[in-house]
This record gives sequence, structure tokens and C-alpha cells, in this order.
Amino acid sequence: MAENNAKQLKDLDQIRALIQKHKKNDFIFAFIGMFIIASLTITLLILFLDLFFDGYPRLGLEFFSNYPSRKAIQAGILSAWIGSSLVLIVTFLVAVPMGIAAGVYLEEYAKKNWLSDLIEINVSNLAGVPSIIYGLLALGLFVYSFGLGQSILTAGLTLALLMLPVVIVATRESIRAIPVHIREAAFAVGATKWQVVLNHVIPYSYGGILTGVIIGMARAIGETAPVITIGALTFIAFLPPSPIGTEAPFLNFDWLQSGFTVLPIQMFNWISRPQYEFHVNAAATGAVIIVLTALMNGFAIKLRYDVRKKIKW
Amino acid sequence: MVATQRKTTQKKRFNDVVKAESRNLDFYYADGTQALKNVNLDVYENKITALIGPSGCGKSTFLRSFNRMHDLYTGNRYDGQIVLHPDNTNILDKKVDPIEVRMRISMVFQKPNPFPKSIYENVAYGLRVRGEANTHVLDEKVEEALKGASLWEEVKDRLHDLAFNLSGGQQQRLCIARALATEPEIMLFDEPTSALDPIATVNIEELMSELKKKLSILIVTHNMQQAARISDYCAYMYLGELVEHDLTDKIFTNPSKKETEDYITGKFG
Repeated sequence: MAENNAKQLKDLDQIRALIQKHKKNDFIFAFIGMFIIASLTITLLILFLDLFFDGYPRLGLEFFSNYPSRKAIQAGILSAWIGSSLVLIVTFLVAVPMGIAAGVYLEEYAKKNWLSDLIEINVSNLAGVPSIIYGLLALGLFVYSFGLGQSILTAGLTLALLMLPVVIVATRESIRAIPVHIREAAFAVGATKWQVVLNHVIPYSYGGILTGVIIGMARAIGETAPVITIGALTFIAFLPPSPIGTEAPFLNFDWLQSGFTVLPIQMFNWISRPQYEFHVNAAATGAVIIVLTALMNGFAIKLRYDVRKKIKW
Repeated sequence: MVATQRKTTQKKRFNDVVKAESRNLDFYYADGTQALKNVNLDVYENKITALIGPSGCGKSTFLRSFNRMHDLYTGNRYDGQIVLHPDNTNILDKKVDPIEVRMRISMVFQKPNPFPKSIYENVAYGLRVRGEANTHVLDEKVEEALKGASLWEEVKDRLHDLAFNLSGGQQQRLCIARALATEPEIMLFDEPTSALDPIATVNIEELMSELKKKLSILIVTHNMQQAARISDYCAYMYLGELVEHDLTDKIFTNPSKKETEDYITGKFG
């Protein structure tokens, strides 16, 4: 009896030693992961704080309501942030419906064969194409072939091209996350494909789709190369015509053809000046872009969280 | 001719009205495996027909042929017929739209699968799909279906709550109400209680016995006691073939085939 107990105790000691050893691996992995995440976060934070403190003297209301100027102290980003907003509106209106439609088609309607595989590979690859290539494509296609000019419309369409693969991939991913048994339940009561898409697929996947949309927009807002390629202006002291008119039908579309600049180009323009005072403006613009991007990402996270709370499989 | 002859003899065996019959049904999955081999089975009106057999014997495949679920996935292929009476429609015919079939034959799945919508919308969905938009009609039919699934008393005060807030057994009864709301001719049950606790199981079983007054039921079950408790007819399948089909009492007391007896007595499976 005593012998038996002693043996069991010894075994127990061995098991505990083994667990301790294995737990060490847990600890090492967790430590490496933490280290990587912390260094990334801290780098970004330092970068942001540096921009913020450099640009702090200029970050006032006037900075947002002044046009760029030859005098650094009076220069502002009014035309740039309005330009960015208008371009993003076009991008959103083009890329979102097209991206969702393409994703739904590929996932729900397209027959699975070599052609759909080819399309799938191409769409994923498109997301990785350098943005300047899109700029060149847009210059040839939108500016010269279609004659759209160096306008807000061209820029919006270009960034929409850039964003499209992101939206398509996000749409497909979130559609795939819908469990088969929910889909079958909808078909089993006699719904057509379109009814299933409209009443189930899109409502259940819209959290994921919106996240993709916002991440795509956040990318588009910071893009510089393609917008420069199509010939955005770097110094602009006027605003595009207002999209909202005072007379019926209260909407006008002249702004689409207007010249423009966007935030990153304005920043690039200032940073390439020799005078230090303009560098302060550039830093302030950089801080604005980062805050905007962070806000958009935060909004995406909030949306995803809200949807997950409502839909659990 | 031979097939017709066999049919007539079989019809004589039982006095009930045939609601649907599979004739020489073969089924192949996209990868080429044959899951059903020449299955001939009658489903009787206002009766519960239970399909039993070991895992992978093809009983679920057979059940899902009745509402053309296999059509959702490319490459699956049927041979043979499933004829629905009294109109004599072969529901596997390529000319018959699977949606038409699903409007006549509804299904309850293994795992409760309510939509992430309100209780009301879950039940109303089948009607909305059919174009019903009148709120009064919808209200009435939703209430009727929920009463039919004996869920009304439990949910009448929270019809607009999310269906996920219900318990597992309530969710399954909600799915039954959803399938019931469209007044189907046949209801298919694919192991409806395998994810439920014993009390919820009893509720569902009682419900099925109530439902058969209005429609015909085909149920797949893993649980032989359940088959014995609730079904009028019972069919034993093995390796894609129908081994024996008879009155449940007969199958469980005096099966005519040795394989059936072995399975029922637990010597096998």
C-alpha cells in the first residue's frame, strides 16, 4: 500500500514537472508575441506623437478653413480636405455597389470552374498591385481615352479601382462565414437565390463587408501616387462647385469635373519646400490624416462588434 | 410494367393512401459515389414514416432528395423518380422547379437553424417569400403556425425578440413553425431531436404525432426507440439500399429480414 502511494506520488511529480516544462513554451511564445506587438504599437505611437508635436502650433480651426498660401503661417488645408472628401464620396459610390455585387456574384451565382478560379486569383492579386500602376491605367483610360480630365471624377474612379478588390474579398469572406445550415433553411422554405441574397446573405454579412469598405476607404484616403499620376494639382486656392445647390433639384454635378487636390498631396507639396515653416504644416496635415484613418478603423471595429453581438451562429 | 405490378401489390399491403413514392431512385454525389441504390419507398398520407439505419446508410440523402436540397450543390445527380400524389408530379423531373417542390414539401433540420431575425420574422419568412405582404394575414398565419408548433404560449409576448434568445428546444419548435406556416403537404425531419435534451425531445415527438393529422411526415432518426414510439411505418436502410419497409410494429416485433433484426436488436450498427 505504502509502496503504491509512493509510486503514485512520484508519477505525480513527473507529470507536474512535464506541465511546467510545457508551460515554459507558452510563456516564451506569449513573450515574443507581446514584444512584436509592443514594438509595432510604440513605433506608430512615437511617429504619431512626433507628427502631432511638430504640427501642433498649426493645428487650429484656421488650418482647416484656410487655403494654401505662400505664407506658411496663413496656409491651410481647406481645399485639400474638401478635395479628399469629394474624391472619397465618388470612390465610395462606385466601389461599394460594384464590389458587393461582384462578391455576391462570385460567391452565390458563378459556377465553380477554372474560369471562376482564374477570376478569384486575379482579384486577390489586384489587391497587391502597386498603386502607381492604377494611376498609370487611370491616366491612359479615364483621362485620355474617356476624356474625363484631371478631375475629381477621375480621381474617385481611380481610387475606386484600388479599393474594389478589397471590397470584393471582404464581401466573399463574410459571405463564406454564413453557416450552410442557415442558407439551407432559407432555401428549404422555397426562397429563390435572389431572395436568399437579399434577405439573408447581405444582411448577415454586412458587418464584414462594411469593415472591408472602411479599411479600403482608409487606404484610399492616404493614397498619393495614383492621384499625382493622373495630375492632381499641388497648389489650389479655390473650391470645387458645391454639390448641393440652392435651387431645385438642389444637387449639381459640376464638382465632378473640377480640379482638386487631396490631403497627402498637400502634405507632399509642403514637405518638399525648403522652408522649415512649411514642414510644420506638413506635420500637421500628417497628423490629420492619421487621426482620420484611425477614426475610420475605429468605426469599423465598432460596427463589427455591434453586428457580432446580434448575430451569433 | 414489372414496376407497376410491384406497386399494385405493395399498395395492397397497406390500407393507407400513398402521398409520395420513390421509384427506382439512385443518387450520385458530385464525386461519383452512389449514395442511393434503387430505392422504392412509399410515404403514406397522415402517417409518420421513419427511416432508420447506421450512419452513412443514405437515409439523410434520401430525405434531402424529397425537397431537392441536393440541387443546391453542383454535380449531384438523381436517377429515377419521386412521384407526388394526387397530381402525379415527378418532383425530380428537370422540368419541375426545385423551388416549387420546396413550397410543397418543407423541412426541419438536425440542428435548430433559426434565422438571426425576430421570432415573428422567422415564421413569416416562408409566407413573405410567397409574396404575402398583408400584415393581418401574416399575423394570423404566424399565430396559427406557432400554435401548431405549440410554441405560441411561450413566445406570444415577445414575438419581436431575436430567435437566438430561445432555448434549443424552443428554437427547434420555431423551425417547425416556420416549416408549418406555409401549409406543406409533406414535412421532412432530419434527426430533429439529436441536438436536444430529453424533455425537449418528448415535446417534439408529441408535436409530430399532432402534426400528422394535417400532413404526411418523413423522419430520419438515429434513435430506434424514437422510431418505435412515433412512427407508423418504418424503413431500414443499409449502404444506400432499402432493406425492409413495413409497419413499425411489424419491424420491431417480427422483422422479415435478418439484417433488420440484427440492427434493431443492437447486434449491429
